[in-house]
Amino acid sequence: MPNLITLKPRISANQGIPSIPIRTTLDNSTTVQYAGLLHQLTVKAKSTVRDIDPQNDLTFLRIRSKKHEIMVAPDKEYLLIVIQNPCE
Amino acid sequence: MPHCWTFKYFLFFAISLASGRMVNERDEDSGTEVGEGTDEWAQSKATVKPPDQLELTDAELKEEFTRILTANNPHAPQNIVRYSFKEGTYKLIGFVDQLAVHFTQVGNLIPKDSDEGRRQHYRDELAAGSQESAKLVISETEILEEEEEPKEAEAGSQTDVPIVEASQKVAEEELMTPKQPKERKLTNKFNFSERASQTFNNPLRDRECQMEPPPRTNFSATANQWEIYDAYMEELEKQEKTKEKEKTKTPVAKKMGKMAMRKMTSLESQSDDITKVTQAAKIVERMVNQNTYDDVAQDFKYYEDAADEYRDQEGTLLPLWKFQNDKAKRLAVTALFWNPKYNDLFAVGHGSYDFMKQSRGMLLLYSMKNPSFPEYVFSSESGIMCLDMHVDHPYLVVVGHYDGNVAIYNLKKPQSQPSFRSSAKSGKHTDPVWQVRWQKDDMDHNLNFFSVSSDGRIVSWTLVKSELVHTDVIKLKVEGRTTEDLEGLQIHTVGCGTAFDFHREIDYLFLVGTEEGKIYKCSKAYSSQFLDTYDAHNMAVDAVSWNPYHAKVFMSCSSDWTVKIWDHTIKTPMFIYDLNSAVGDVAWAPYSSTVFAAVTTNGRTHVFDLSINKYEAICNQPVVAKKKNKLTHVQFNPIHPIIIVGDDRGQVTCLKLSPNLRKMPKEKKGQEVQKGPAVEIAKLDKLLNLVREVKTKT
Repeated sequence: MPNLITLKPRISANQGIPSIPIRTTLDNSTTVQYAGLLHQLTVKAKSTVRDIDPQNDLTFLRIRSKKHEIMVAPDKEYLLIVIQNPCE
Repeated sequence: MPHCWTFKYFLFFAISLASGRMVNERDEDSGTEVGEGTDEWAQSKATVKPPDQLELTDAELKEEFTRILTANNPHAPQNIVRYSFKEGTYKLIGFVDQLAVHFTQVGNLIPKDSDEGRRQHYRDELAAGSQESAKLVISETEILEEEEEPKEAEAGSQTDVPIVEASQKVAEEELMTPKQPKERKLTNKFNFSERASQTFNNPLRDRECQMEPPPRTNFSATANQWEIYDAYMEELEKQEKTKEKEKTKTPVAKKMGKMAMRKMTSLESQSDDITKVTQAAKIVERMVNQNTYDDVAQDFKYYEDAADEYRDQEGTLLPLWKFQNDKAKRLAVTALFWNPKYNDLFAVGHGSYDFMKQSRGMLLLYSMKNPSFPEYVFSSESGIMCLDMHVDHPYLVVVGHYDGNVAIYNLKKPQSQPSFRSSAKSGKHTDPVWQVRWQKDDMDHNLNFFSVSSDGRIVSWTLVKSELVHTDVIKLKVEGRTTEDLEGLQIHTVGCGTAFDFHREIDYLFLVGTEEGKIYKCSKAYSSQFLDTYDAHNMAVDAVSWNPYHAKVFMSCSSDWTVKIWDHTIKTPMFIYDLNSAVGDVAWAPYSSTVFAAVTTNGRTHVFDLSINKYEAICNQPVVAKKKNKLTHVQFNPIHPIIIVGDDRGQVTCLKLSPNLRKMPKEKKGQEVQKGPAVEIAKLDKLLNLVREVKTKT
């Protein structure tokens, strides 16, 4: 199962600045695409979880699609994204 | 009659009469007599017959035709059909408007009571009022004019006076007129001249000045419930910090604090950015592992062997995960322990049982959530032989080494070195430490643990102010073998302790197993005497274990292929099981007083349930692939129905117990199922009584 890992920091001071990938095993364009899209989704998911109960927080997010599974783990400063091919 | 006229209005009638001469005298009523009368003047008396007049007989002439004047409009259609959306069809409109307008003219009469009417009336009043005054003025001026005109011809001075008078009067009039809202100025047609003057307008000039616009940034934020909550929490933390600072206020401390802070920040900036992702990476690693071992995780949680219903009283062990680490590949598993607090965490001690091949040791802590890599890794110079985790402080792990040392590892601290270590000075054992066990904190709240070793000493260690202090509790003597030396001194041969277990309830009571095969029942209070001795086995006792429910029952296993179950008040064992191979370890199940598991060196795991089958194992299963793989230890998980089995290749296998192996007492109809230790004790008591009866009989 080839696991593809990308790391990116998230500057929390100003939410307008999009996240920048700092380490990746994919090509640049795909990385940027994944980073932007998943960052938005994570923010939305986190907002949803916390709106329901502010003492709760998002631990990770898993999106399973036909071809692979995308796992996102948000951190205080970083966002870690792993794309895994399921072994089936 | 061919033409039937129906008229709506009399007016209509009259107008037609007045306008035209298309009158058929026969068709008219008496009302036309007047009109006809007037026509008579113009026409002659003799009636003139038009040439195209119909020739009718007298009878027909006298025929009376009734004329009905109705108010119906002849031009109004009578068959208007409208589409009704409500019903969806065309509907005939019954009532048709019969009004026919012949003449309209927009008039300029306004009703008196309407707004416009009232306004006009008001204006008229004003106008009337001022007109009155104007009339007065007019009259005055007229009078004046009349006066003036004749006087104009005369000398000017005389005119001055009347002019003055006139002007005075005019002034008076003018004074009077301010009472009225509007003063109507009447211009004198004769000598009125209007004068106007215009001043210079100042030229307009535009003056502009433009500055640099202030710097702007776009600010956007969301105000969600959780953002507000976060802000409050931050405030709270700040307040708490200031409070703490106030409490520890000394100038020296402040300086130190600042220095430390500076160092910290510089360190942080220097460290590699990747290390900050550890937390997220850990989570993701677990997720990836869960995916890879997805079927195993599902089995662990949900799989219950359905075949157990058909397998009468037998059960199976379903293999789940296998834990192994490259570094510990050559080392045998010498100790296994589940963490009392976190049920997915367990510790594996690695070392070597081989006397000749002694190398380093390792302590690995695995989580079931991540089978690929251990959570914590500690390495030591000497092989680890045993370990124990503190119940109240689940981060403290005490470890006994092959070289006789004991060490305490603190999992909270990231160091790979033990926090505390014994040494030759502090009274380490001279032989391998076979078992360690935490005890309750002593009266000074110091941590306390016991260790047993082949050098015959059972030592109590106390952690006093970060130092390990040891106290010899008991020295194991071999009874009845005091050989007499040439000089007549009695040499006590020291027994070698290989295993011990403390009683769960009775604090001071514990059992020690020795290499000679004896089990001693000891008390912490008596350091020289044993409370009792059992001739347990023919070879070294590998493990002793009290029953978790029953206060009197304990179990022992040995390399002499047997497992024996005892009642500590009786010197002979209650049950004996021969397992065809050296038994490495034995453990009671935490959920039942009659279930226990044993592992043997031929790679098999045996599970017994005394309430089901007193003589045989209900499960006898080879657990490891290769036959040469010896199983060394087994442990039950306190909560989940799984066991971990360690072997001498450094591998730990996790197995799930099938339902048959964990049978609870069946509820009888009408009786409530009693749960709890009392039931378990009763269960075991029943069995023991049976055995005792048999024994007393024989």
